Amino acid sequence: MPTYDKKTIADLIDGKLEWSALKRIISDHKDADRFDKVVAILQERVPWKEKILLPLAEHLYVVQKGKERIVKAECGYEFGDYRQNWKHKSKVVVRNTPELLEEMYRHWEHSDPGWQEMREFYCPGCYTLLEVEVLPPGYPVNFDFLPDLEGFYREILKKPLPES
Amino acid sequence: MEKAVTEKKASKKKQLAAVDEEKMTPKEKLNYSEDLFKKTGHYYGIRRFKLRDEDPLRFERVFGKLRGALVGARESALHISASPIVRNIGELCFALYTPEGDSITLSTGIIVHVHTISEFIKYMIRNDYEDDPGIRHGDIFCNNDAAIGGVHTSDISTAVPIFYNGQLVGWAAGVTHEPDCGSSMPGHSPTQPQSRFEDGYIIVADKIGENDKIFKTYRMRSVKSTRTPMYWDLDEKARLAGCHKIREGVVKIIEEEGSEYYLGFIREIIEEGRQIALARVKERLVPGRYRAPSVIPVAFVEVALGRTERPRQDILANAPVEIIVRPDGELFFSLEGASRSQPFPYNCSETAMQGALWVLLSQLLFYDGRVNDGSYLAVKNYFPPGSGFNPTDPFASYSCAWGSLMACFTGLVRCLSRGFYSRGYREEVVSSYGETSDSTQGGGYLEDGTYFPLATFDISAVGMGAGAVRDGLDYGYAMWNPESDMGDIEVWESLELGFPWLGRRVKRDTAGFGKYRGATDWENLRVAHGVKSLFAYMARGGGVAFICTGLMGGYPNATSYRSAMLKSNLADVVQEKKPYPTGEGDPNDSELKKLLQGDYMIHKRGATLGGNLNNGDILHGNMNGSCGFGDPLLRDIELVKKDLEDEIYSPELVRRVYGVVGSYDKKNQEWLIDKAATESEREKIRDIRRSRAIDFNEFFEMERQIVIEKNLIEPVKNMYRESMELSPKWAEEFKEYYGLPADFQF
Repeated sequence: MPTYDKKTIADLIDGKLEWSALKRIISDHKDADRFDKVVAILQERVPWKEKILLPLAEHLYVVQKGKERIVKAECGYEFGDYRQNWKHKSKVVVRNTPELLEEMYRHWEHSDPGWQEMREFYCPGCYTLLEVEVLPPGYPVNFDFLPDLEGFYREILKKPLPES
Repeated sequence: MEKAVTEKKASKKKQLAAVDEEKMTPKEKLNYSEDLFKKTGHYYGIRRFKLRDEDPLRFERVFGKLRGALVGARESALHISASPIVRNIGELCFALYTPEGDSITLSTGIIVHVHTISEFIKYMIRNDYEDDPGIRHGDIFCNNDAAIGGVHTSDISTAVPIFYNGQLVGWAAGVTHEPDCGSSMPGHSPTQPQSRFEDGYIIVADKIGENDKIFKTYRMRSVKSTRTPMYWDLDEKARLAGCHKIREGVVKIIEEEGSEYYLGFIREIIEEGRQIALARVKERLVPGRYRAPSVIPVAFVEVALGRTERPRQDILANAPVEIIVRPDGELFFSLEGASRSQPFPYNCSETAMQGALWVLLSQLLFYDGRVNDGSYLAVKNYFPPGSGFNPTDPFASYSCAWGSLMACFTGLVRCLSRGFYSRGYREEVVSSYGETSDSTQGGGYLEDGTYFPLATFDISAVGMGAGAVRDGLDYGYAMWNPESDMGDIEVWESLELGFPWLGRRVKRDTAGFGKYRGATDWENLRVAHGVKSLFAYMARGGGVAFICTGLMGGYPNATSYRSAMLKSNLADVVQEKKPYPTGEGDPNDSELKKLLQGDYMIHKRGATLGGNLNNGDILHGNMNGSCGFGDPLLRDIELVKKDLEDEIYSPELVRRVYGVVGSYDKKNQEWLIDKAATESEREKIRDIRRSRAIDFNEFFEMERQIVIEKNLIEPVKNMYRESMELSPKWAEEFKEYYGLPADFQF
């Protein structure tokens, strides 16, 4: 079973690995300690102290904050309880006219706003773009991922989840 | 005492198993196997890998020999075929099955059909084929009925039983993709059918030969039922030769290893495949609930444009993918809330959905395990009966099932990728994949009366989505066949005689934006030449809607559109040796219009039902790229520089979307990026985001009003209506989300 040093994992996270090194990692068996190593690297990088329980997405983490488990952005913005959809605390741009869509796409090469709108969800702390949804008008905002933290720590990582 | 009882039970079970193996009919064996799985949770009740643990090297050697026999059969068989789809692109696959029809191992190729053939074999067993028409050594069976086991009519499967000492020990089977399936319109994925009766020549799990010879009557009927009889006939022979080669190989292995070992081995290898699949889920994903809805637009070019299409209702189909991953490794895939099946060709049978689920999981999660029906058994699924993903209408058409299937399963890729990301395995993340559509289809006659088909299979090389650590793969992926290949134009032209290419090239500014960009679209430009008549059509999903989106801030790639130039003056331009177009480029500044004269037409809708072309008419086709990953403003400027060099993006686009300011140094032939100006431009874009973005609550109220007022176009309203009618659960959640009254309906 392979294991990788901290620099290799950090370079992987940063997209700096050469293809030959990346290919080896893809082709090999998975390193069982990856989760712990990735979390340790990310914990060192974030400008706050709360313990990362799970990297949720780019810029977003589930962290332990006191007795609560919340979604927290890299910039420090807090979205609240991880069991609620973080998008409900985000800032939103809706591209639902040809003019707004044509800021990004050429005419002829984007959706018809009657059929589908483009929703951009931004971090209120730093305005990093976190997610782009393309759904028909009126479609409920998607709750992308609700992790089973208890099950993950208890039955897969085999270690205790900090008490809430 | 306890030991004695256990031993007695074990002995009785062994005795029973021995008797069962020899005397059970295939149907009894199938029921026995399914009962054992239900009771024990293990395939064939196998709890311990006796053969593997006693001699692991022998176990691996036998697996290697079987796999070698299958890959060898495929390599030999494709040289019998004459169709470029099979011979050059490799659209064929072989697999080996247990006596009950569970896949054991497979060759390379179009592996999506490995599970669908399993359903075809089980259909024959469940319908007492051993009694009538009989299952004997030398028999040949064939199927292309998607409702039984397949995706659409042009995928033809052949299955041959394997007997040893009079006992059925398995099945060898193969599949090829035909350029024409005898549908109401020429082509392999016809867009016109509205019922099964227009899908073409359907072979319903038929016995087509005995004593290793195809029935003359079947052969004569088949070659008269397709527009490409030579390809049909030779592909049939290719499949049969492959099956016979596998049968030969399996019998040899049984003679070397003994039938008892072989029959034990095939059970253990499937259970091992199941257990590896469960282990991979636990190893690489995070338990929880994942959701990724996609919508499938069906919007044909309007009749007003002068094409020969029938009036159609616009349709938007809902594909709300949900995946539940449990801590014990169980994965449950659901499409609760999916739209109804329709009188259109985009319905997808349950077996096709199961096959697609299997093929994607085999590529994303189980690829280093035993790729067999064990991994299928490890996953639970729900395709709502009556939906477009499991029609209950016996007359449903499936001829273009891929149109729904591919858009739907982009959701699976996004769900799994979130799991990989959270688990730290960022190298496995893929935002999605391009839909393999917009190949040219149809057929025509040369001036001398020779018929030629249009069935280009360059769709086998579209884009793979961006990952969390790298860009997407340009023109190099097809979700149903991991061995991507677009084929040489010259080879396609040898088949499609009256419709040569003017060019095939990258379409700039189409790749999905992101910190890591998606794959770029690419385009074809073809001209009708030397024809007496030519019927052609193209159908790319999208046009009015993106069929999938990016991940974690990534955007979708450009949508499709349809363009053509009729009555072009290409012949004069060639005569005068002037530049001619090799692509369209920017549709708002079309190269077609700049270099040629003629009746140019362009339409937002990406699908056509077909039209007649004359010499000099030019048709443009646009192949999918894929979606991006991450915020585009975080894209490394060195990567953007490379995008400019490779002409993936224009300088205008990289400034507008990526906030990168660059200029071309003609002297040194290099793009120079102005870092200070780029930083300033990116800050400007962030300022626009700050000033424009609204609070979620404001956005929510806007959407709620749209729903309450039903201020929606008909296809969208119909989509909600159908999902709510077909799934009370989905309806309940929808109403709860917006706080709507219990009696709310569209």
